[in-house]
Amino acid sequence: MSFLIEPALFLMLVVCAIAVVRMRDLFGAAMLFGLFSLCSCCLYVIMDAVDVAFTEAAVGAGISTVLILGTLALTSKQERQQRLRLLPFVVAILTGIALVYGVSDLPAYGDARAPIHQHVAPGFIAGTKAYFGIPNIVTAVLGSYRGFDTFGETTVIFTAAIGVLLLLYRVPRKLPTASNGSHMLMRDKVVVRVLSKAFVPFVLLYALYVQFHGDFGPGGGFQAGVIMAAGLILHGLIYGLRDAQRVVPPRAIEIGLALGVLLYGGVGVWSISVGGNFLEYAALDPAHPAHGQHLGLLLIEGGVGITVACAMTGIYYYVAGRGLRPEESA
Amino acid sequence: MIVDVISAVFIAVGSLFCLIGGVGILRLPDFYTRTHGASLTDTFGAGMILLGLMVQAGLSLVLVKLIMIQIFILLTSPTATHALAKAAFAMGLKVETDKEGRHVLPD
Repeated sequence: MSFLIEPALFLMLVVCAIAVVRMRDLFGAAMLFGLFSLCSCCLYVIMDAVDVAFTEAAVGAGISTVLILGTLALTSKQERQQRLRLLPFVVAILTGIALVYGVSDLPAYGDARAPIHQHVAPGFIAGTKAYFGIPNIVTAVLGSYRGFDTFGETTVIFTAAIGVLLLLYRVPRKLPTASNGSHMLMRDKVVVRVLSKAFVPFVLLYALYVQFHGDFGPGGGFQAGVIMAAGLILHGLIYGLRDAQRVVPPRAIEIGLALGVLLYGGVGVWSISVGGNFLEYAALDPAHPAHGQHLGLLLIEGGVGITVACAMTGIYYYVAGRGLRPEESA
Repeated sequence: MIVDVISAVFIAVGSLFCLIGGVGILRLPDFYTRTHGASLTDTFGAGMILLGLMVQAGLSLVLVKLIMIQIFILLTSPTATHALAKAAFAMGLKVETDKEGRHVLPD
């Protein structure tokens, strides 16, 4: 029976995608996007990619839904009626056909004779144990073997947050002490308030666990960052933007955003300065290369975590801050 | 053997509640009753299935994790339903009633 789970999940993905396209109500479409993410998250778990599933659950189903809803508060809730235009339609269909054609050339899922399983993956599996001495191969691949890629990804997230900042930033004004805005409605609900108050500390604690336990179990900087941001955003949703910004001021977010990337790049420069290559962690501690690897991974994961947490929280701040009506922000 | 039967019963009951909740969301007449159907899936369905898994797990670290998930779901799901219903009420979605205050089902 269990072979039915994957086709069922894939079917739900397709149904969600079609429903999102056909739907005029953007609010419903945002919710369906969350459902789409949840289904893909389940698929990742089935494929044993727990690290990815983590990120997908926190970002796709959690934070991005909040951000889309925040954006909807700034724009219209209905999609404008558009007549079907031929050229984009043809281009989309052709791209789809090309993609499906390309997929047919890929090795089958789980095929032991696929090129990746011949020399790359065995090298990672053997090397992780020999050079790092940590059980989570994903962390080793992400942080060390593919350290440049991860540096690039962190920079992309940094750039995304900077882009949103440039578009939506406005000079911080003192938010009022009392507000009657609709976003304060949640605050008056005792049950929601008490429960979130009980949960947010655990969410933040869990984020720290995922951050520092990433070498041994699923997790790492990206996952910890988004979980941390999810906790802060939850607090912001219920207690209002002003209270969230008292906990973590926007200024701290802006500093943290740059600090994380700086920390990551700094480790690279440090490894050059002690005679290694860029991001060659073993050079950090020539006497104990494994210890150097651990130190490097710890620092760069910290950098990734800080940048991701600050980027997600920052984007929420900017989007939600734009949504405040004049009487609330003046 | 006994363990398998007990956990199977729990999981079957949980699945049944999920099914009933799903039918409820589709068939019940208005928003508030549908919310009730959805909450049934969340709390009872998921809770029963987790209970079945707990029986299957035995005394181990997995059991502790399952208990934590159970506590999390038992606290968050009703809260989410509560927030949903309350938000709908605050936005002015009224329950249809006739003159004697009885619940009228919309067509």
